[in-house]
Amino acid sequence: MNFKHKYVFLLPGLIVLIGILIFPIIFTVRLSLSGWNSFNPGLDFIGLKNYIRLFTDDPRFWQSFFRLSFLAITTVFLQYIIGFALAHMVWKDIKFKRFFRVLFLIPMMTTPVIMTVIWRTFFHESLGPLNDFLSIFGVQPPWLSSPGLAKVSIIVVEVWQWTSFMFLLMLAGLLSLPKEPFLAAAVDGASPFKKFIYVTFPLMAPISIGAIIIRLIEASKIMDTVFVLTSGGPGTSTETSSFFIFIKGLREFQMGYAATASFTYLIIMIISLTIIVKVLTKVLMRE
Amino acid sequence: MKLKTLISALASVLLIGSQVAHADKWGDQFPHIAATGDIPGMCSYESMSQKDYSGRTLTINTHAIPVMGEPTALHAEQFEKLTGAKVEVTHTPAGDLYSKAMVPFQAGQAPYDIVFGFSNFINDWKRYLAPVPQEYVDQMDGVSASHKAIASWDGVMYQYPVDGDRHYLKYRKDVIDNPEMQAKYKADTGKELKVPTTWKEYGEMASYFNGWDWDGDGELEYGSAEVMKKDDLMYAAFYSRSVAYAKNESTPGGFFFDLETMEPLINNPGFVEALTDWVDAVNYVPPGGINFGLGDEINSFGGGQTLFSFSWDDAFVAAMQPDSPIANQVGAAQLPGADKVWNRDNGMWDAKYNQAPFFVWGWAVGVAGKSENKDVAFDYLCFFANGANHQADIGIGRFGVNPFMEEDFKADVWTQIGWDADIAQSYVDTLADMEKSTNRVFPLRVPGTFEFNSALATGTAKALAGQLSPQEALDEVYAEWVSILDRVGADNVRDAYAVGVKMEDNEL
Repeated sequence: MNFKHKYVFLLPGLIVLIGILIFPIIFTVRLSLSGWNSFNPGLDFIGLKNYIRLFTDDPRFWQSFFRLSFLAITTVFLQYIIGFALAHMVWKDIKFKRFFRVLFLIPMMTTPVIMTVIWRTFFHESLGPLNDFLSIFGVQPPWLSSPGLAKVSIIVVEVWQWTSFMFLLMLAGLLSLPKEPFLAAAVDGASPFKKFIYVTFPLMAPISIGAIIIRLIEASKIMDTVFVLTSGGPGTSTETSSFFIFIKGLREFQMGYAATASFTYLIIMIISLTIIVKVLTKVLMRE
Repeated sequence: MKLKTLISALASVLLIGSQVAHADKWGDQFPHIAATGDIPGMCSYESMSQKDYSGRTLTINTHAIPVMGEPTALHAEQFEKLTGAKVEVTHTPAGDLYSKAMVPFQAGQAPYDIVFGFSNFINDWKRYLAPVPQEYVDQMDGVSASHKAIASWDGVMYQYPVDGDRHYLKYRKDVIDNPEMQAKYKADTGKELKVPTTWKEYGEMASYFNGWDWDGDGELEYGSAEVMKKDDLMYAAFYSRSVAYAKNESTPGGFFFDLETMEPLINNPGFVEALTDWVDAVNYVPPGGINFGLGDEINSFGGGQTLFSFSWDDAFVAAMQPDSPIANQVGAAQLPGADKVWNRDNGMWDAKYNQAPFFVWGWAVGVAGKSENKDVAFDYLCFFANGANHQADIGIGRFGVNPFMEEDFKADVWTQIGWDADIAQSYVDTLADMEKSTNRVFPLRVPGTFEFNSALATGTAKALAGQLSPQEALDEVYAEWVSILDRVGADNVRDAYAVGVKMEDNEL
């Protein structure tokens, strides 16, 4: 038997890997070096012109990136706090535990675009139920017309939609924890608060890091919520990197430039997430 | 003699009866055209029923329901029943119509036989579309000359005319023409309440009628409903507000660019004045009005929420439908003008009244050059726009099918569907006067149109949101337009822009 035959068995996986991962990245890099637009379709070669434009002459890209960072960090932080709290709640023996476990998972099971349309109706400033209710108290906040509140609205929708995911991971983590450290803490007379700070939280650190990173990766691609809820507005106040790339590529048809922004964004995200993992590991797992 | 008369009368009755029966045959089967029945023609129901496209599948990419999406689907269903063809309709949001066709076009594919879009896509799309065959062009007797020109490039028709759009002012007649309101307005402001002829008057009236229940329906009403949402055709709304200040008949040679130098004019004082007015408008639109897209504007004005609106016909037609709370209480008029207009030759304001209609044109549709079903596709489009369908479609506001046939400019067409005679007359007069005007502005139809309009939408949206002042916002747009010209090539843009300038300067 020829030992080299084993490589044949790797081939299907390798082809899939090249087809769905390697090729698109290489094509994006090549596209980013071209001036492909609606008037000049094709892979001409313009060198680093697009990169120079992105780094020296496009504050909108960088503004959208910093806005994205703010939205992603805020939403994931809130999702982590709320998700962990809810998981901790139903981890204990409480009434209707199963009901609550299912209830908290419902938002994640819904379709984001459809739910965002519902949220947009909810936030509608003249016809929406939220302002209808608040008008009783004489206030009608401009949820989607004020740059600040529009960001808050996006955060609310994102937190509502994806806290379930955090809840699921944290609950799975809590259910897998060993019982001995908790028994030891009980024998030592630790209060519930101390048990959480000195036992539960440190034991959950590896899972927390994983959950936060998974959610950060997802949150850094915020697109559907922005697209449906605000279209990046008012002005450009809720425009994120992915929305910016979408506008440049599929609205303005600057395919070459959109590829440049996309590839740059990918590199920045890889570097940022690597640093975040290291920082989180250092902070959460220091003991 | 009497017998002869009787026979003759009987023959007439039978003849008319046979025609009615003919009309009823199709009207009964297709309730959409019940009012008119079939109207004879190359693509009538009768003619289409004689075609057999069994086993053929036609694919269409159109807009989301209802605007244009609903008539596309409805006529697809009718076409299927008549010809045996299978028609697959895909609905796409307005902002994605361009790219959904362009991506496969540029890749050399034709996943859709028919693609819907806007008429200003023509420059980018024409190389991928099949020209409309001459026999179809020949039967377009009723299509207005301007709309044939819009659908064509260098004398070749690439887009099949299904719609004709322009922006004009819509107002609440029951308020503006109401003597009590006029007296109240006069007492409170010292000014006359009338159809506004300048944007300043528009703003003053809209501000006055903002935030109180002026029609006594128990709900608050507001001043104006406008398309202000970025990337939802807001650029067209801004151009409508700009033409009064920036289109000067005495300085021909370009509205968007100086055709000679290709210098963008977008940040000149005329455009800045228009944007300053528009920023003020944020104060008299309904809550959340800064996020209104076209659909919101139609629903807001058509639902009786605002005093004014300006944009496409749809809001007006929606307001006039029998189920509208303000049916027969609205009026149409030319876009407001201004008491001054920027003169770019001497760099000063000309102190004169100026008004300029803005022909935004509208929905356009083409057949992919690589389609293998061109015959079926053109028959479908011809059927879509046949007399009976067109008559029925233009009376339904949400359909987004607006006048582009000569006979649409006759008041009778509208009174027959229940409009008051004076409203119908003012409507057709408004449209006809726009056709006659010599100070018109046509939309940008140049390579990279989307880039120019997107840059403008971003800049003006920043001003509306208070992120930049009007001058800063338009300076930013100017810089972006310069770089787009650099990328696309100023000469390429000039060549295409010259066609539009000739139309604006009444040379075509």
